[in-house]
Amino acid sequence: MFAFRLDARSGVPTYLQLVDQVRRGLLLGYLVDGDRLPTVREVAAALVINPNTVAKAYRDLERAGLAAPRAGQGTFVVGSVDQVPAATYVKLSHGLRGWLRTAHDAGLDHDQIRALVTATLDDDQAQAGAA
Amino acid sequence: MTGEPALRATGLGRRYRRNWALRDCTLELPQGRIIGLVGANGAGKTTLLHLTIGLLKPTEGTVTVFGRPASVAQVGFVAQDHPLYSGFTVADMIRFGRSLNPRFDQAGAERRLSELDIPLSRKAGALSGGQQAQVALTLALAKQPRLLVLDEPVASLDPLARREVMRTLVDAVAESDLTVLLSSHVVAELERVCDHLVLLHQGRVRLTGDIDDLLAGHRLLTGPRTGETAPGVIAATHGERNSNLLVRQPPDVPAHPRWESHPVSLEDLVLAYLDER
Repeated sequence: MFAFRLDARSGVPTYLQLVDQVRRGLLLGYLVDGDRLPTVREVAAALVINPNTVAKAYRDLERAGLAAPRAGQGTFVVGSVDQVPAATYVKLSHGLRGWLRTAHDAGLDHDQIRALVTATLDDDQAQAGAA
Repeated sequence: MTGEPALRATGLGRRYRRNWALRDCTLELPQGRIIGLVGANGAGKTTLLHLTIGLLKPTEGTVTVFGRPASVAQVGFVAQDHPLYSGFTVADMIRFGRSLNPRFDQAGAERRLSELDIPLSRKAGALSGGQQAQVALTLALAKQPRLLVLDEPVASLDPLARREVMRTLVDAVAESDLTVLLSSHVVAELERVCDHLVLLHQGRVRLTGDIDDLLAGHRLLTGPRTGETAPGVIAATHGERNSNLLVRQPPDVPAHPRWESHPVSLEDLVLAYLDER
């Protein structure tokens, strides 16, 4: 049975941590299609967290097509996370280089660029968390 | 939100002689949640809890629990320091509870205590602090209340016992449609367990809502030194040339590029509001 864990210091909301762990489990192959996830009650008691938080994570996973309930049996992992094709990485990387040139031309050094990227990612995540 | 609120307070206030312990308290708490009640000592937490269970009468305003006037009969309650009769055995207390409550779930209480390895023949005075808290919580749950009110349930316990008591609580919530209102100073514990917050400051409700919404609606901004006051700024600390602001701001509003924006933790948020003047 999959064991969730919690990083209280990460600043990432608990339900997102649970969702991420299933997503990563699928990406890295230690969760596969058809695996049963622990029940809401089991996760709540194991981590000592609010059962509503676990239910919210499971709803998110269902919406994302990564898990599905089976009547009377619990929640099961579905499918696998799409592997990003190498060509997509190449294309994105190309676009990023263009943007980096713009940033260098504007006078930003690497540390400033990193700070900007991190801040923008945080912003984006905060928005996703609120949605 | 489905159904009527678990608790509704309207203009609720309570005065002791000339001092208001609680004033203008208007709240609706959703059912099926674990609601954390925070505030400094003397902020009115215990007063609000005692009004909720009908142990105190309001000086003004009203409070209802699932649409009915607050009464100790329909609400489970565990007082601070979970007082038990130290000369009684655990079995005595279960018998006592059953005689007072027609809905008392004796089998459930005995099962829970046996899972916790607490012998029924043991006298309350011989139990550890954690075990006493578990017995008090188990007795309150056995009444099968729709609302359970806990006043500082884990304040006097070591971290391990604290975790085990909270485990009993979340397990009870997972298996029923129980609503829990608990006061606590231990913000780390609240962050794990509670999904709704009520913050009292000097006898008034300063902040209330779903914790996820509250966290998403506030940010910590760090940047160049700025003036002391601006709307939406809850707390600020200033260096010579920099400032840290905790602001109320929806996440879809982009911060000014010169300001770095960080998500807030529940502890940041609680401390900022408690420090507000």
